[in-house]
Amino acid sequence: MRTPISYFVALSAILFAIGTVGVLVRKNALVIFMSVELQLNAVNLALVAFSRMHGNLTGQVLAFLSMVVAAAEVVVGLAIIVNVYRRLHSANVDDASLLRW
Amino acid sequence: MAPDHIVFWVFAPISVGSAVAVLVQRNAVHSALFLIVNFFTLAVFYLVLGAPFLFAVQIIVYAGAIMVLFLFVIMLLGVDRDESLVERLRGQRPMAILLGLGLAAEVFVTVRASIGLARGPADFDQVVNEGGNAEALSRVLFRDYFLPFEVTSILLIVAAVAAMVLAQERERARTRAEAEAFQVAGPGGGVRT
Repeated sequence: MRTPISYFVALSAILFAIGTVGVLVRKNALVIFMSVELQLNAVNLALVAFSRMHGNLTGQVLAFLSMVVAAAEVVVGLAIIVNVYRRLHSANVDDASLLRW
Repeated sequence: MAPDHIVFWVFAPISVGSAVAVLVQRNAVHSALFLIVNFFTLAVFYLVLGAPFLFAVQIIVYAGAIMVLFLFVIMLLGVDRDESLVERLRGQRPMAILLGLGLAAEVFVTVRASIGLARGPADFDQVVNEGGNAEALSRVLFRDYFLPFEVTSILLIVAAVAAMVLAQERERARTRAEAEAFQVAGPGGGVRT
C-alpha cells in the first residue's frame, strides 16, 4: 500500500467534523442520530488506519468492539426517539424542552 | 500511480460528498440513503487498509442491520412534514459550521505534526494478517481482548431488554408535574401522555 496513512486519518477528521456540524445544525432527532453514526464511523476509520500504521491488529479489534457498541446504542437511541415521538408527536429536538430552565 | 492511491482518490470525494448530502437533505429518507453510500465507501477503505473482516462487518451490520432499523423508524414516525427552519439560537448555524471547520483544521495540524506521511509496514498482509484477516483478528480478540468481548455480549443483552421495555406501550401513572399541568391547561392541553 503506497497511500500515506495520514490521508485516511485526514479523511476521518473531515467526516467527523461533518458529523459534528450535523449534530449542531439539524433539528430532526433522526438526522442528528445519523450524524452521530457518521462520527462513530469516522472514528472507526481512524482506528483501522492506525492499526495499519502500527502493524498490529489492536486497532481493528477496537473498531470491531465500537461497532458492537454502536449497534447497541442505535437500538436504545431509536427506542427513545420513538418514545419521545409518542409523547410529543414530533421528532424535532426543539419541542422536547420539558427540562429547560 | 499505485492502485490503492486510485481507490482512495475515487472514493474519498464520494465519501465526503455523501456525508455532506446527509446534512443538506430535507427528507430524512434521503439522508438515510446517503448515509448508506457513506458506509459503503468506508467499507472500501477498510478493504484497502487490510481489514477485509471489518469490510464484511461494516456492510452487514451498518449498511444492513442498522440502516434497516433507521428506515423502519423513519417510516414509523412519518417524515412528510418539513423540518422547521426557525432558529432558536441566533447565529447557531454559521457558528456550527465555523467550529466544524476549526475542528477539522486542528486535527489536520495534529496529524501533520505527529505522523506526517508515514506508511506503515509494507508486509502487513503477509505478517500481521498471517493465515487470513479473520483468523489473525480472532487470535487477537480471543486471547488479548477476551474480557472486553464478553462484556459487549452483556451490553447487547442489556440493549435488547432496554429496547423492549422502552418500546412497550402501557398505561403509565401520571407524575405530579404532569397532573398539575393537566389541571392548569385542562383536558386536551399540555403534554399528551
